[in-house]
Amino acid sequence: MSHIKIQLKPRQVEQLQEVCQSFNNKPGELINVLHKAQSIFGYLPAEVQEVVAKELNLSVAKVYGVVTFYSFFTMQPKGIHPISICLGTACYVRGAEKVLDEFKRLLKVNVGETTPDGKFSISCLRCVGACGLAPVVTIGEKVYGRVSPDGVKDILKEFE
Amino acid sequence: MESIKITIDKKIIEVPKGTTVLHAARQLGIEIPTLCYFNLGDMNIENKPGGCRVCVVEVEGRRNLAPACVTECTEGMLVNTHSIRVLNSRRTVLELILSDHPYDCLVCAKSGNCELQSLAQKLGIREIHYEGEKSTYRKDTSPAIIRDIDKCIMCRRCEMMCNDFQTVGVLSAINRGFQAVVAPAFEMNLDHSTCTYCGQCVSVCPTGALTEVDHTRKVVNALADPTKTVIVQTAPAVRAALGEEFGLEPGTLVTGKMAAALRQLGFDFVFDTDFAADLTIMEEGTELLDRLTRHLNGDTSVKLPILTSCCPGWVKFFEHNWPDMLDIPSTAKSPQQMFGAIAKNYFADKIKVDRKDMVVVSIMPCLAKKYECTRPEFAVDGNPDVDYALSTRELAHLIKQANIDFLSLPDEDFDNPLGESTGASVIFGTTGGVIEAATRTAYEVFTGKKLEKISFEELRGLENIRHATIDFNGLPINIGIAHGLGYARKLLEDIKAGKSEFHAIEIMACPGGCIGGGGQPYNHGNSDVIKARQTALYKEDIEKPIRKSHENPFVQKLYEEYLGKPMGEISHHLLHTHYFDRTNEVIIDE
Repeated sequence: MSHIKIQLKPRQVEQLQEVCQSFNNKPGELINVLHKAQSIFGYLPAEVQEVVAKELNLSVAKVYGVVTFYSFFTMQPKGIHPISICLGTACYVRGAEKVLDEFKRLLKVNVGETTPDGKFSISCLRCVGACGLAPVVTIGEKVYGRVSPDGVKDILKEFE
Repeated sequence: MESIKITIDKKIIEVPKGTTVLHAARQLGIEIPTLCYFNLGDMNIENKPGGCRVCVVEVEGRRNLAPACVTECTEGMLVNTHSIRVLNSRRTVLELILSDHPYDCLVCAKSGNCELQSLAQKLGIREIHYEGEKSTYRKDTSPAIIRDIDKCIMCRRCEMMCNDFQTVGVLSAINRGFQAVVAPAFEMNLDHSTCTYCGQCVSVCPTGALTEVDHTRKVVNALADPTKTVIVQTAPAVRAALGEEFGLEPGTLVTGKMAAALRQLGFDFVFDTDFAADLTIMEEGTELLDRLTRHLNGDTSVKLPILTSCCPGWVKFFEHNWPDMLDIPSTAKSPQQMFGAIAKNYFADKIKVDRKDMVVVSIMPCLAKKYECTRPEFAVDGNPDVDYALSTRELAHLIKQANIDFLSLPDEDFDNPLGESTGASVIFGTTGGVIEAATRTAYEVFTGKKLEKISFEELRGLENIRHATIDFNGLPINIGIAHGLGYARKLLEDIKAGKSEFHAIEIMACPGGCIGGGGQPYNHGNSDVIKARQTALYKEDIEKPIRKSHENPFVQKLYEEYLGKPMGEISHHLLHTHYFDRTNEVIIDE
């Protein structure tokens, strides 16, 4: 597994320790703590998992086991503008995969990855409940409907 | 206690509330097959995730089949363990497990001892009806343990041992569904983790997913090399277990046959780690008395309790977890390493062999010993004091490969001078044995009196944490004992918190001590096997003419001729070591 050693900001570590304390450092609160940790750091790098393990008196392996079990948790930092392409049935039949391919081609990254400049990351999801607008793409909080492969370039331009 | 009446396969039994269907059935002599379930009940070791579904039974009135290992008996329950529905389901489950398992039984290290193989045999599986993708994972080799996760069936026994019993916490199930595997955090390799190489994961693994690094070929090559003088040493716990590999009852002592077999294998000198165990007592006992005397004289710099340092799994565990207390364990090397140092210095000089032309092989009940002998501080210019550490199981393979009829071998003695030992050294192989041996010597040296009773029953047993106070001529000496690293952790946390009242603590990583070591014949969850080995060692102790380490005539001679006195200059150099802070050694693989 590729991993770049990172230095956590002391202030963020303190914040994480406070989160653990707010759950009384109970090992049973691991999932709740990881949720909060991911919202502090944006993702769950090894160093964050080590802090959580220490605070909750769990082995790092157990923490890692939970992080890798739930797809909500990620060890990859997301981009400043996280792109999600809906691959639900409605979007899929209306060409979402081609839209996804175009994002991958233009940004030169795969699903689950982040561009080297940290600007964009690509992920897929299943149905955002806007099937009438299929295929749907969300970037951050913004929703794009009826996206065509040709339109991808223009969407990305908005974030330059 | 409330009792419950249930019927299993038309037989009625009354069991205490809380009993599982599996245990109730066993009491009736009905052996429901299991796979993920594992129990060494006497040592508080149990794995029952209810995950494999091999033990399912039919319970009247219940829609689904119930896993017997986790289903508690209820009043009036009617259970059928072999209905057609149960048999079909069990077969389907097993076929599905086998469909994602390599079919390389012919060349698998676990063949003949594999619980999956036995079960397939028992259920008469001749064909696997499910073809599909097979999960694959990289093979991970460390100094002692090989992980071949393709053979993992996710029973989680290793995870239970590593986390709950040992509290080492290296192994955990990770990922999900078909991608799920048992691995260290961040999928690093074992040798980059806090793994202690205790080998308990290997001990409980039902398949060949976790096995030892096999050094038998290297030993055979050394034996065939005419330029090498090959010396073997055998640990105390091996003689109480090796016989099991040849069909003997657990607890059969095979000391004499083992010496004969080693000689037939071609070892130039057949020596005994027990000799080095006596030496360990001389050094460790002296260190205990030294610290104790200084403490009694008011020296506040002296650290008590002293911790035993024979067990390499324990030593590594200590180095990872308490780097701020590295001055507490005894500095005495383990018997394996003391033997190696004496063999490649004193004995090599004596027989005029260069240490580079000497190969020291040890036979150990242990996998951590494989790691221990590779530690750089136990080598001189890259030449290790101990070249190879074989497990009890590996020795059995060697003997079988050499067509030696082990059972009909005559009893032979070890060679001298490094083969002579006392009863004190024999009991090193069981929990409580090292500290009893140390007590025998320390008592006599400290009080100047002969012990009236040599056996210290109060130090014996299989409880995970034990303590006793021994009267040293009016001075009460508090002794603690723990086996299993999780229990050791408890004693260590007390020391760290300043709450410990012990003067000396013995710690062994494995359940029962070395008799339950990671390199011993597989016990398949039968704790009677470990108990029988313990009884055997105490029996050999009683039968020995000399039962106190300081009375070993060859140990005395070694001090006269070569070492001087315990903890003297040469002893310090050859027989003592130091410990390392390993907190920053954990590497996340790039």
